Amino acid sequence: MALLHTVNKSPFERNVISDCLRLAKDGSAILLIEDGVYAALEGTSASDEITRRNGSIKFFALGPDIEARGLSEKSLIEGLTLVDYSGFVDLVEEYSSVQSWL
Amino acid sequence: MEDFEDNEFDGPIKKFMYVNRKAPYGTVYALEGLEVVLITAAFDQDVCLVFVDDGVFQIKKDQETTGINMKNFSPTYRALEGYDVEKIYVEKESLESRGFSEDDLVIPVEILSSAEISELMDAQDVIVTF
Repeated sequence: MALLHTVNKSPFERNVISDCLRLAKDGSAILLIEDGVYAALEGTSASDEITRRNGSIKFFALGPDIEARGLSEKSLIEGLTLVDYSGFVDLVEEYSSVQSWL
Repeated sequence: MEDFEDNEFDGPIKKFMYVNRKAPYGTVYALEGLEVVLITAAFDQDVCLVFVDDGVFQIKKDQETTGINMKNFSPTYRALEGYDVEKIYVEKESLESRGFSEDDLVIPVEILSSAEISELMDAQDVIVTF
């Protein structure tokens, strides 16, 4: 069974998303939460390494964190799915366990 | 007893630079930094504000925080002008690497290059970073 990874750090400030991508297997999912949602922005210095795994890893971002940071109108990485808090719970239920990258 | 007037300050005026480097909601640095700037603005010093690195996210337009149950403090940056904090700079490189432009920002700012920011830093008496 596949893992759900959560990342809550900005990709511009910390390397957490890179570390997560290095150790995340194909078929797993990454949910961006809190400052991690900045990694969902398209066309940034950080977006390439995510789009490179697009298709083999499912990417999600928490909608309320996107809205809080004023990113609703910005273009997000293609294929990324926005979820709300109950969608977060559904993901936790769907995957075998959660790896919370801090 | 001698009367003091509110705006009477005859000490030296120093050049203060506040450097904002953190995104707004993941940590408390941004909000605390803004409060410090507003408090010190009362002391008639030569203050400027710089947004670099993830600090540029603090002044992103359209923040809507009801979904995360936190106070949206981005409108407070618009009050800075009323406190005579008018020198507000953003580093071009920080803005561009995040896919942002001046149109994304909630307040008018002056966009400077890294080289210009470092010149400005050199000219300060006090630099406080959040």
